[in-house]
Amino acid sequence: MSPETRPKLAVYKFSSCDGCQLAILSLEDELLSLVGEVEIAYFLEARSQTLEGPYDVTLVEGSVSTAEDIERIHKVREQSKYLITIGACATAGGIQALRNWADVGEFVRAVYATPAYINTLEQSTPISAHVAVDFELNGCPINKYQILEVLTALLVGRAPHLPRHSVCLECKRRGTSCVMVLGGIPCLGPLTQAGCGALCPAYNRGCYGCFGPMESPNPDSFAGFLLKNGTPRAELIRMLRGFTGYAEVFRSAGDKLAKTSP
Amino acid sequence: MAGEMAKGEKTVKIEYLTRVEGEGGIYVRAEGGELRDVKLNIFEPPRFFEAFLRGRHFQEVPDITARICGICPVAYQMSSVHALEAALGVRPGPEIRMLRRLLYCAEWIESHALHIYLLNAPDFLGYESAVAMAADHPQEVERGLRLKKIGNGLLDLLGGRATHPVSVCVGGFYKVPRRKELEKLREDFLWGLEAAQETVTWVSGLTFPEFTPEYEFVSVSHPTEYPMNERRIISSVGLNIDPVEYEQIFLEEHVAHSTALHSVRADRGSSYFVGPLARLNLNFDKLLPRAQAAARSCGVSWPCHNPFMSIVARAVELVHAFEEALGIIDAYREPAASRAEIQVHAGEGCAATEAPRGLLYHRYRINDQGLVEAAKIVPPTSQNMRRMEDDLRQLLPGVLNQPDAEIARVSENLVRSYDPCISCSTHFLKLRFDRGR
Repeated sequence: MSPETRPKLAVYKFSSCDGCQLAILSLEDELLSLVGEVEIAYFLEARSQTLEGPYDVTLVEGSVSTAEDIERIHKVREQSKYLITIGACATAGGIQALRNWADVGEFVRAVYATPAYINTLEQSTPISAHVAVDFELNGCPINKYQILEVLTALLVGRAPHLPRHSVCLECKRRGTSCVMVLGGIPCLGPLTQAGCGALCPAYNRGCYGCFGPMESPNPDSFAGFLLKNGTPRAELIRMLRGFTGYAEVFRSAGDKLAKTSP
Repeated sequence: MAGEMAKGEKTVKIEYLTRVEGEGGIYVRAEGGELRDVKLNIFEPPRFFEAFLRGRHFQEVPDITARICGICPVAYQMSSVHALEAALGVRPGPEIRMLRRLLYCAEWIESHALHIYLLNAPDFLGYESAVAMAADHPQEVERGLRLKKIGNGLLDLLGGRATHPVSVCVGGFYKVPRRKELEKLREDFLWGLEAAQETVTWVSGLTFPEFTPEYEFVSVSHPTEYPMNERRIISSVGLNIDPVEYEQIFLEEHVAHSTALHSVRADRGSSYFVGPLARLNLNFDKLLPRAQAAARSCGVSWPCHNPFMSIVARAVELVHAFEEALGIIDAYREPAASRAEIQVHAGEGCAATEAPRGLLYHRYRINDQGLVEAAKIVPPTSQNMRRMEDDLRQLLPGVLNQPDAEIARVSENLVRSYDPCISCSTHFLKLRFDRGR
């Protein structure tokens, strides 16, 4: 594709760890051909030069947690034809959304000597709570093939093919024995969207839900099964309130358990 | 960057510091040709890890602290497991210890290759990005990408994925690799060892500004190994302490212009320097033979006080990481148990390990249920924050008569040499320069 007609790609960061935008730089084999197909117009971690919008595709990492973030995400939306969130922070509020169940003022006092210097919102929220989002990539972190798939799909003008089924199916495909049924290890796999390759069960541990809820989860049945089999309620609530804990399905399931706490 | 005239003062704003992890800015004010003020402005929204870790189970901690940084998650996992093992009185066996070093080697390789080739080298060769540099230096950029990929490949094997690996736990690993899986990587690592030595030759041939401040270098130190996971903390002015003394010796200060805390020496309030240059200067004799030979023959005299030459120290460490990884792969025996048994009890423990960017200190107190009651985390970038400001204060008077673009370029190059991870220390770096007239 000639340089003049390449679509312009922008990458923006909000409150996050940088791990999802790093997935772009981790396309070691594809990076140089990728820049032949799209023009990286705005990507502060990768290049010093920035090009003015509007942008054809904008990838947004991170959650909204300050008043300035709210202003900034609206400006980013105005500049973007397609806005795609990348990762658990942008899509579900991230691990920093644990503040949403706490008193953020107390958090500030616990971490900083001079709380008056700190400006922060009471909640850490996903990008979709503020502006329209065209597509969401789940994962903490996303993996680089999700980026490649979504960009390829946009370039050729088709819908991205990304799984919405549960991690359980990936375990079956991979030939991993069920850690919950055979090992008695609590595992969020039945509620969690595939895409990681069912890593945790393959490493002898339960899934911790970092790809967020799958398309048709049944959290009540899941919670009932675990409680009946001896998982303490407090542990189950902690499991649900993890890296994607503020995603609707996990949030309401965790809140329901907390409310019915004996 | 923009310039404007107002009230007889010239203001220069450089909006973003680029090619660093996270976002932030530098504020510089000069009046009548004299430097008045330098601040590293960090507005990265705080994420409050130390607050929300309270009430979490100790075994969740390495998974959670990994999310502080997408570039060096292993460092956060390592400092947390060592600190929690100190609290619980757990001592994993020698095989686990070596696997942890191997995992750390993988992260150093990935992180150092990223910084050398994609973030820092373009500064010295006059490019705005590695992609632009690739047009004229394709071999180097391809070498850097392959080096990085090899580091990521080892992280994938040991941890399931390179960013936020899932295998690390308090006591050891959820799963350890098979010997034959590691052996498959051997050929890549032999190539990497050669490529890392070529990297030393390449970066030591770059042109560096003359700039050699007096520093207190601080790093972890071990009697027989190049520092990664343990044991004491030493400095170039004679400090030699156990990590339990860390919080008496080093103090975190909260300043208005930064959501990243600034670490200083508690007794005299002075800044200090952590990272590859500090490690190499303090532990030269612990480098493995190939790394030491590369360091000796590259034309740099050690100890080196030029922060711009951190890129050379990083390249020497790249050689060391490949050399050490190969040794561990060759000697690897699968341990009988992947992790040590843990008897849960209340306790408190701390640890310092060497993240790619420098010393990373963690301390935890847990209750008899194994739940965290208190957590303290001091990332390397917080420890370098005051030092970077001091450097700018020393460097800028010599370049104030230069055009604004040159001042900005040199300032950014200096800060980037520290490989700051602003996400770790919190983020949002805008560079502002007020030039009084």
